[in-house]
Amino acid sequence: MSSRLRSNLWGYLFIGPFIIGFLAFTIIPMLASLYFSFTDYGLFDDPVWIGFENYIKMFTEDPRYINSLKVTIIYVFAGVPLRLAFALLVAMLLNVGSRAVGWYRTLYYLPSLIGGSVAVAIMWRNIFGDDGIVNIALKTMGIDSIRWFGEPTAALWMLIFLSIWQFGSSMLIFLAGLKSIPASFYEAASVDGANFFQKFFRITLPMLSPVLLFNIIMQTISAFMTFVPAFIISKGTGGPLDGTLLYSLYLFKQGFEYFNMGYASAMAWVMLVIVGILTGIIFLTSKYWVHYESEGK
Amino acid sequence: MTKRRPRYFLYHILVGGFAVLLLYPVIWLFVSSFKESGDIFITAGSLIPNPFTLLNYAQGWEGFGGYGFGTFIKNTIVFVIWMLLGHLISCSLIAFGFARLKFVGRGFWFMIMLVTLMLPYEVVMIPQYIIFSELGWLNSLKPLVVPAFFGHPFFIFLLVQFIRTIPRELDEAATIDGANTFQIFYKVILPLIVPALATTAIFTFYWTWDNLLGPVLYLNSPEKYTVSMALNMFLSNETVSNWGAMFAMSIVTLVPVFVIFFIFQRYVVEGISTTGLKG
Repeated sequence: MSSRLRSNLWGYLFIGPFIIGFLAFTIIPMLASLYFSFTDYGLFDDPVWIGFENYIKMFTEDPRYINSLKVTIIYVFAGVPLRLAFALLVAMLLNVGSRAVGWYRTLYYLPSLIGGSVAVAIMWRNIFGDDGIVNIALKTMGIDSIRWFGEPTAALWMLIFLSIWQFGSSMLIFLAGLKSIPASFYEAASVDGANFFQKFFRITLPMLSPVLLFNIIMQTISAFMTFVPAFIISKGTGGPLDGTLLYSLYLFKQGFEYFNMGYASAMAWVMLVIVGILTGIIFLTSKYWVHYESEGK
Repeated sequence: MTKRRPRYFLYHILVGGFAVLLLYPVIWLFVSSFKESGDIFITAGSLIPNPFTLLNYAQGWEGFGGYGFGTFIKNTIVFVIWMLLGHLISCSLIAFGFARLKFVGRGFWFMIMLVTLMLPYEVVMIPQYIIFSELGWLNSLKPLVVPAFFGHPFFIFLLVQFIRTIPRELDEAATIDGANTFQIFYKVILPLIVPALATTAIFTFYWTWDNLLGPVLYLNSPEKYTVSMALNMFLSNETVSNWGAMFAMSIVTLVPVFVIFFIFQRYVVEGISTTGLKG
């Protein structure tokens, strides 16, 4: 056996599990789901080809779908930027040479650590209850209490707050990024008389931009797929008045509550296209705002 | 130095105070779990349980449908162990292949792997469900744990990055000593990637412990429920307004997460800051 053949064999032996898994659990299901998306498919009968009908129905005859798209877009485009801005702000606050910083870092990370759990979603549901601590705090500040479960917009913001609350993991990533910026850059800028904002926009942001890009992409995608908090907080209904009916939750309900498997598959493909377009836009525009250090050297 | 003290004092007040504010809901949940169920929202503004009671824990522990909460914890631990086995074995093999072996199509498959990182689960959810139901795997852990034995892109990527930092001279020395490729993996690389495997194990634990969608899809009899499913059931049965028991069991499910974090903090923080893993 030639050594080239042998090294190919070893290579495929080691990554073999990945290839098998990719075919069995990703590619075949993806193709199946593409096919189902063009069919009328309940759980107990065979799929019937209906062409683009699912896709047409989605955008013309299903106001709940349009609403869930709207709700999800608000959730993503309010939640992700706020969370990242917050994470960056806190990371900058913690990027000082104090011994207590390690402790603060841990404390600020904790919400992120537990954020995906059902327990936290239950907790969130209860602190925003009519007699919950959020309303108590609002009252002490002289603001009328809000019926968070009574109004669709308020309920959606409750979810957005939950996502902002979990800024910890982005903060850790930014903190690592900030630490890698050489102190000499700031010293040179100070010598030249730069103020805080100039340093922030000319040094910190450009140096952090690759990390920022990665975070924006991954968080946008995962925000689009948010399921657990919406499911728990609305007790699986997406209410009030579909105010928290995030895309994944509606897809889940179409597929596994109403058993419209074909329709749910079409929804999944639209989601994939949206996520793909978003990622593409972020990548394409990134050359205007992402700075790589090797450039210009 | 003396001039800077007041500024540091202010800094700690601000940053420390904010941390307390941020964690207040968790503290509130913890304290409320020791209040009498009927009192929780009447005395919601107070952080002192009066009277202090452990009744919520006793009631919550009884579970529902004839199965105690201990059963749900046991089920979840079994789930976690399978996921750990699957991820640790498959991801270390695959990562070694990508990081160390030369073969045709390596770049292509690596790119495919990175793309699957961004693939929404929803796209494969329904066909996977149909496949697993054809196989007769519904109402078992199989649909959840079998895919784990074929790798997970996040952890493969993490391990590849880690293996690349190990000097190749070690592999070459072992080759001269007559080791074959598998022996290099097993005797040289594997012992050196233990820290990255620890990160993989910890995040596998977190994601499995919190997983709700998987169990909701695939487990339907209460004797097989995981803790996240059980909490969800508590919530659905909320009609009796037994918040106390629900809060108490919420705390029970959070304790292992905290304990593991405080023991292995270093690996968690490193895992996030180096790969951008979402915790």
